[in-house]
Amino acid sequence: MTTTTTVIQQPMAPSALAQRRNIWRGLWRFTARRPVGAVAGLLCILLILIAIFAHQLAPSAPDALFPAAKLKPPSAAHPFGTDNLFRDMFSRIIVGSQISLGVGFASVFVGTLLGTFFGLISGYARDWADMAINRMIDTVMAFPPLILAIFFLSIFHATFLTVSLAIGIIIAPVTARIVRSAVLGVINLQYIEAAQALGSSHTRIMFRHVLPNVSAPIIVIASIQIGNAILAEAALSFLSLGIATDAHPSWGKMLQDTRSVWQQGWWTAVIPGVAISVAVLAFNMFGDALRDALDPRLRGS
Amino acid sequence: MTKYIVKRLLLAVLVLWVVSIIVFSAVRIIPGDVCKIVTAAPDVDAKQCASIKHGLGLDKPVVTQYLRYMGGVLHGDFGTALISKRRVWPEIRTRIPLTLELAVLATAFATVLALPIGIISAIRRDRPADYGLRLLTIGWLSIPGFWLGTMLIIYPAKWWGYSSPPGYTDIWIDPAKNLQQLYLPAIALGLALSASLARITRSSMLEVLRQDYVRTARAKGLVGRVVVTRHALKNAMIPVITLFAVQFGFLLGGTVVLESIFSLPGLGSLTLASVLIKDYPVVQGLVLFFATVLVLINLLVDISYAWFDPRIRYA
Repeated sequence: MTTTTTVIQQPMAPSALAQRRNIWRGLWRFTARRPVGAVAGLLCILLILIAIFAHQLAPSAPDALFPAAKLKPPSAAHPFGTDNLFRDMFSRIIVGSQISLGVGFASVFVGTLLGTFFGLISGYARDWADMAINRMIDTVMAFPPLILAIFFLSIFHATFLTVSLAIGIIIAPVTARIVRSAVLGVINLQYIEAAQALGSSHTRIMFRHVLPNVSAPIIVIASIQIGNAILAEAALSFLSLGIATDAHPSWGKMLQDTRSVWQQGWWTAVIPGVAISVAVLAFNMFGDALRDALDPRLRGS
Repeated sequence: MTKYIVKRLLLAVLVLWVVSIIVFSAVRIIPGDVCKIVTAAPDVDAKQCASIKHGLGLDKPVVTQYLRYMGGVLHGDFGTALISKRRVWPEIRTRIPLTLELAVLATAFATVLALPIGIISAIRRDRPADYGLRLLTIGWLSIPGFWLGTMLIIYPAKWWGYSSPPGYTDIWIDPAKNLQQLYLPAIALGLALSASLARITRSSMLEVLRQDYVRTARAKGLVGRVVVTRHALKNAMIPVITLFAVQFGFLLGGTVVLESIFSLPGLGSLTLASVLIKDYPVVQGLVLFFATVLVLINLLVDISYAWFDPRIRYA
């Protein structure tokens, strides 16, 4: 073991060290067993980095005009061509990743937070709280998903928060159901009983004992939902219900902007569509591989 | 069984009642002035506005408004559109056949595509065919339906000069023309559904193929094909049917986008148009209608399970 020297040089709690080693070993095993998932994971990281450094990476501002270039096919100067409004598509795609991925992540975050909270309570408390939360979930699920988001955005003015909430509410009930059934699976195990016997409060048991043991399905369902959230954001932007503007485009809005000229310029239709599909595919495949690795019960489903 | 059905029915009514309260109050807190929407003018004088509000019954207390509205809904009266001034329910009713047909076509297309893929993928588990098909389905899941739909309109027209007849023809008047108008949006709508159906068929088949009775069937010397289609497939269908119920909501959401792209006068395009012009009585009626349909479908699925599988009744 090469780590022994490190231990001598900088003392570390043995558990923390073991944990760190576990993470690296886990990552290595994941890569070795699921190479496709690992490649997809790398692609996801790349996409996230592009979104974070979008303004540094984009060769021009997304709304900069190139008067000589109206609807020009891809070339050295404009790798993805220009659109009908004299703008560089490459810069717009890069900056567009911010809203597409940003809203995607934010809505999954909101949905997972809500879903985990209600799922935990409903699985742990049972009785009337479980009943009430289940009826709440039924009620939200009574709305067709995209229509719920559209309805929500027709009531609240579209901002980053409201769009993320609109998509997050679609995600939350699914997460809540999965968390609930996972909680029901661990609630009768001995360590929970032991914690109860020691006199731990319900809140402590829920968050310190139950939550860590249902974290795998939560991570899995969240990663699987990211792709769907990106698709939902694209659809809302395409319907002009999103938050994209000329200076801050999103991939769905780019498709809407150029819809009238798709026939004259194939790249205006194909490139944003491919950008959406590649991003969604990367997150879907990563989520799939993660599910196989973390949750053997769901393997291959 | 009767007890189970009654319980499910009561729950469905409860959910719909809560949905109606949510939809009703949500529409009431919408920002923006009703008077401006109705008159389409930037400024409306107070007197005219008061008379508009009186005409719409908005000067009454909210509870009275709700009771009145729900009383109407139960008698099939969803009020009047703010802008077109048409009655909401006839407007919805005339559009049901189109959206229903689109949903049925999309589901049929998805099923025809998904079942063979899912079955082959399960039988050839972890072989190249399985990997290929899984990659294909996960790829389909990643394609935005609205994008695919628009591509299906534009590129056949560009390359082969093909375009389906414009508008919408009633299926009872000219079925051939009707199908030509609907098959492209149905494909765009059904592709994502087929991907998730194929995936669930695969995993459900894998589950069933492990069972003892399948091994028994093989041991009896039955041909593989018979074992798969007669013994395994039937039992593998339950999760697939559940997925149909879940996915029906997504299908309805998809019609909003695709009907708008293909200019089809269905429920989906009406939803989008009413949201964009803020015609709230129509939005309210549509959302209530969609929710009712979804709740009823889930109710039917639940009851049919209990019918087929007695264990569920006592769960």
